[in-house]
Amino acid sequence: MDFMTLVRGFMTKPLENTLYIVSAVFFILGLKMLGKASTAKKGNFLSAIGMLIATVTAVVAMLNINIIWVLVGIILGSFVGVISAKKVAMTSMPEMVALFNGLGGAASLLVAWAEYQMYVSQNSVYSTPVAKLAIVIVTILIGAVTFTGSLVAWAKLSGKIISKPIKYAGQGIVNTILILAFVAAAVAFSGKYYFGAIHSYELFGIATVLSLIIGITYVIPIGGGDMPVVISLLNAFSGMAACAAGFVISNTVLIVTGALVGSSGIILTNIMCRAMNRSITNVLFSGFGNAGAKKASGAAHGEAKPISVDDAYLMLESAGSVLIVPGYGMAVAQAQHAVQELAAQLEENGTEVNFAIHPVAGRMPGHMNVLLAEANVPYEQLKEMDDVNPTIENVDVCVVIGANDVINPAAREDKSSPIYGMPVINVDKAKNVIVLKRSMNTGFAGIENPLFFKENTRMLFGDAKQTVQDLVAQFKD
Amino acid sequence: MENIIMLILVLVLASFLGFELISKVPSQLHTPLMSGSNAISGITIVGAVLSLGGSFTIQNETFRVILGTLAVFFATINVIGGYAVTNRMLGMFSSKKDDKKVGK
Repeated sequence: MDFMTLVRGFMTKPLENTLYIVSAVFFILGLKMLGKASTAKKGNFLSAIGMLIATVTAVVAMLNINIIWVLVGIILGSFVGVISAKKVAMTSMPEMVALFNGLGGAASLLVAWAEYQMYVSQNSVYSTPVAKLAIVIVTILIGAVTFTGSLVAWAKLSGKIISKPIKYAGQGIVNTILILAFVAAAVAFSGKYYFGAIHSYELFGIATVLSLIIGITYVIPIGGGDMPVVISLLNAFSGMAACAAGFVISNTVLIVTGALVGSSGIILTNIMCRAMNRSITNVLFSGFGNAGAKKASGAAHGEAKPISVDDAYLMLESAGSVLIVPGYGMAVAQAQHAVQELAAQLEENGTEVNFAIHPVAGRMPGHMNVLLAEANVPYEQLKEMDDVNPTIENVDVCVVIGANDVINPAAREDKSSPIYGMPVINVDKAKNVIVLKRSMNTGFAGIENPLFFKENTRMLFGDAKQTVQDLVAQFKD
Repeated sequence: MENIIMLILVLVLASFLGFELISKVPSQLHTPLMSGSNAISGITIVGAVLSLGGSFTIQNETFRVILGTLAVFFATINVIGGYAVTNRMLGMFSSKKDDKKVGK
């Protein structure tokens, strides 16, 4: 490759570093613009350009690079990436993001492993500074936890494993032991201690396997309803993993960019936690919907009043204003297009229609917004919780579609409820409420919902998509 | 040693910058922001590419080539998939004025 040799001749170290700085600037601008609706698309594009610059720079700058294998990785990776990005249904977006995220973590893990493998084949493990080995093993930990944690999140979100918290006796102890065992292996590894037959590579292997297990055991006890927090936290982790990998290979663009993603991910995680009125430690270690929830369920009992599609139609038809509150159930039923049609019919009928979106409705931050946008609901109609709550008394009919915990009045009224204190959309204060629900089962958190037994609440049982389509058909007649 | 202090300085400054950049984001952008920043975390692709190089003969190190190639492969999926998905999502956000945006 003569051309490559020529190009490489120009790529001096200062030029390489300058180009990394340029790409970092693109990332910063891109992230900033992603935070605003009018510039988001351009921001994403800018950050993609930054990525292109950084990648090309790395390829060109590397001496003796194994260019064939780089190309194999990039071509296959692009192929898989493009196909999955095009194929994925909007309802499956949380799974997809979790999966991509996990692969990023795995890549950082592999970068650290490859670096360590280089020390091994150069026979330089025992002359490598302790700090360097410590950074390698920390990168392994963060990368591995991001990888397996995201895989568990993906499996939970796509229904491959049960999304309820998986708990067992002594879980806390097991988790603590795993951490301690990792720390022991990591210290021995970086300190270059070895015991009998256990040498550096064995310690490395033990620490890696422990890290992979830790990622699993720390995510399985977290319930499906807490996934928005977990996904944004794992997203922050994938940034930190890249950052740590940057320390392993002393590369500033990895450190800067990884830190940007890490800290912005923490901010997002914080926003999600605040929306649930819970701390991050509470989300990670409490396992929503366990013993405490069962005790609290005694408070809400009574008779739920079912309603037929015909009667629901009459109620909606005569309503002056309707507020639709979607939740994860709408995503499961793939009902977003039917819901949009219903909203359009109502508007045609002269009814004012709005959507109230709870910040943690669904399984990913902003999940409902994406689904409704896919169904062409204009974003002016999507209202945030704090904007609808003050005037919710004036709403004639609230239609709750597949939401449960985010509209549970027990969060305001019942001090013994596990979700007490979480900000909710106060649908029970509207003049009438219609709840679309498959059955009387409790939500993901397993908490009874007194809303269903209120005087102004009617239950419309059935598959959300079918029910909404039936309503639309009534309007069309 | 001085080098590592410089790197830590870079880390600290970049972290603060990250906190400042994302303080106020409307909730409808949470998903695109997350998947967009997720794509950015694929920057580890640079590390992956660099791990396939070196100033010594790589030919004798099949295992390292496997690790490096896998790293490039995974990071590329993260990068390309992440940007494509984010772009697709952002394309769907439309207001009443510019309707006719196709969702699928």
